[in-house]
Amino acid sequence: MEKKEYTLSVFSENQTGMVSRVVSIFTRRHINIESLNTSKSSLPGIHRFTIVVLTTEEMVKKLVAQLDKQVDILKAFYYEKHEIIYQEIALYKIPSSIFKESLKVEKFVREYNVRILEIDPEFIVFEKTGTAIETEALLEEFKKYGIFEFVRSGRVAITRPMESLKNYMKRMELSDKF
Amino acid sequence: MKKLFKRMEKVTSKDIVNHSTMGSAEKVRITGAEAILKCLIAESVDTIFGYPGGAIMPVYDALFHYTDRINHILPRHEQGAIHAAEGFSRVTRKTGVAMATSGPGAMNLMTGLADAMLDSTPLVCITGQVASTLLGSDAFQETDVINCTMPVTKWNYQITHASEIPGIFAKAFFIANSGRPGPVVIDVTKDAQNEIFEFEYTKCTQIRSYHPLPKINFEDVKAAAKMINESKKPMILAGHGIQIADAQKEFKNFVEKSGIPVACTLHGLSSLPDDHPLHVGMLGMHGNYGANIKQNECDVLIAIGMRFDDRVTGNLMKYAKQAKVIHIEIDPSEINKNVKATIPVLGDAKIVLQELLPLIQEKKYEDWLQEFEECKKIEWEKVIERDLSPTKEGKMRMGMVVKEISDQTNGMAIIATDVGQHQMAAARYYTYRSTNQWVSSGGAGTMGYGLPAAFGAQYAQPDKTVVAFIGDGGFQMTIQELGMINQWNMPVKIVILDNNFLGMVRQWQQLFYDKRYSSVALQNPDFLKIAEGFGIKGKKIDKVESLKDAVREMLDYPGPYLLHVTVETEDNVFPMVPSGAGVGEIVLEPNQNK
Repeated sequence: MEKKEYTLSVFSENQTGMVSRVVSIFTRRHINIESLNTSKSSLPGIHRFTIVVLTTEEMVKKLVAQLDKQVDILKAFYYEKHEIIYQEIALYKIPSSIFKESLKVEKFVREYNVRILEIDPEFIVFEKTGTAIETEALLEEFKKYGIFEFVRSGRVAITRPMESLKNYMKRMELSDKF
Repeated sequence: MKKLFKRMEKVTSKDIVNHSTMGSAEKVRITGAEAILKCLIAESVDTIFGYPGGAIMPVYDALFHYTDRINHILPRHEQGAIHAAEGFSRVTRKTGVAMATSGPGAMNLMTGLADAMLDSTPLVCITGQVASTLLGSDAFQETDVINCTMPVTKWNYQITHASEIPGIFAKAFFIANSGRPGPVVIDVTKDAQNEIFEFEYTKCTQIRSYHPLPKINFEDVKAAAKMINESKKPMILAGHGIQIADAQKEFKNFVEKSGIPVACTLHGLSSLPDDHPLHVGMLGMHGNYGANIKQNECDVLIAIGMRFDDRVTGNLMKYAKQAKVIHIEIDPSEINKNVKATIPVLGDAKIVLQELLPLIQEKKYEDWLQEFEECKKIEWEKVIERDLSPTKEGKMRMGMVVKEISDQTNGMAIIATDVGQHQMAAARYYTYRSTNQWVSSGGAGTMGYGLPAAFGAQYAQPDKTVVAFIGDGGFQMTIQELGMINQWNMPVKIVILDNNFLGMVRQWQQLFYDKRYSSVALQNPDFLKIAEGFGIKGKKIDKVESLKDAVREMLDYPGPYLLHVTVETEDNVFPMVPSGAGVGEIVLEPNQNK
């Protein structure tokens, strides 16, 4: 079976140790996590994990089922690329001097549509939001001229299918009434 | 549809007995330690299997004043405590409670937690922890219990404030014994145990992120019934889930109406009496011949409360490819995990079987059953007859010892085992005729489980005969629990099947490693003297002529008893599905395929 990139949305209670519990599901099957992000969700008290893995659909289904099984996880979903809108944010700390030395740098910085966060006599901090491919391409450009620091966030993703968790919770609430 | 939900309500409300009466009890100002005991009492717990130590001392101090309501059983090692709690749980299906101190105490529970996790045994384990101010500082006897136990628990939680105790304990008991049961760890810091707070207990009946009882899809049930009714060569795989769901009666009704042959998993033993005409044997690496090969010949497999463990399926690429699979299972993550289900039916086995019963036709599969009979004949000639007879030199074999005890207990005893060859002999040659009789470590294969688990089972069922079959290897892993058995004068009948080897490993070395016996020979102590030292009566036999009387004497003895049986040293367990082979490639004797 072919390996593909899958993005998982995992909704959990906001509790100590949740990251460990979520990550251990991947560790036990020896699956590397490409990117992981946690934040609050739109529902009060519920945390949201966005996890990117490279694996087969069969495996991602098993992972989701085992995540779902965790007591403090409300629900886990998995998506293929076309089902989500996603972004990552990257920060680049660049020596100010390279702008003096080459006009090319200024040109590609404009082309990449980056934001300037801070200007210091020694360095400039840029921010680029986009897909990993886009932020990676900009990094490669900077590398040619010199770069002090680079950091990139995990993926954040919003799904195209509407509000699956809210619907799910409503359904479960109903079923608990029986 | 309505009817279905009404029945579901019945079961759910049974699962959560008395919660309305618990309601809002009067608030009292007590310490966290005392609150823990009050929580246990509110959950109808009357026994703790535990071992004291520094970080759990406040609870032990509180316990001093609760000895009229709670029995505390002291093992000689924390592993003994948790296996005893497992044994207790396996024969009662109640939640077992084990307790230990921080650090090494908690770590000694790990094996039992892993064991209970794999065998779906409900436990609540309480561990002491260093004061919350010391957490993470490498304090004396500090171990990160939450992270250590995370992969081997259904749920765990660290309490740092006494006010959390009632809510967390209520949640723990609800989680441990609902849906697919499992172990829960509650780690309580010492300051939380000492803190005084206003205690009030309400049972937990609902958690928004946890839905243990899947809603049954009636369409799936109908589709399953249709597939069953149209099948020509159907076969039922009966798992642990049937007994966990207390569905033995429903299962028997279903089997007898449908007329379908039943093969059970290791933990499915005693879900249907072994001598039932539709019982065709046990599945697994050392299961019965017919039960194994017919999985690759049937047209419909009806798996109930089982998880297609690799010891059952053998090589998945060669497993039941011709069959349609109906998988009745409470844990959604088991569906399609190992074997793809044609029709998955999510739900509690009891409810699903109740729903299924009116939809299936009364049928008989005489020709199909005859095929199993023929397999039985082959297995009898090649394996069983030999296993039940002494060797040429007159030495006993494990199977005949088990068979003798089975006959003399009329198949009604609770059988606890350790892990290895003797375990397979106990599974194969005891005729299980009651229910919840099988206390053994299946998923984890934990050596050392047998003796303490037998204690727990006997403690829970004082009026039943409990026989523990243990190998000479595994016995020495938790041998110190003879002390616990003697202290409580539990009349466990311990049968050591002594082949002077780590037999199962030796068997593999013989068959797959060209007889290179690497570290499997044992130099055993005098087991009788050890038993005597612990105040336990015993007898050693090595001749087949003395077997019958020795068993009689053991069973008649009112207290604990150790029967040390010397058996053939290099006997092998057959049939066997070699590792990596398919169930169809099961071998009945050594070198069959060479």
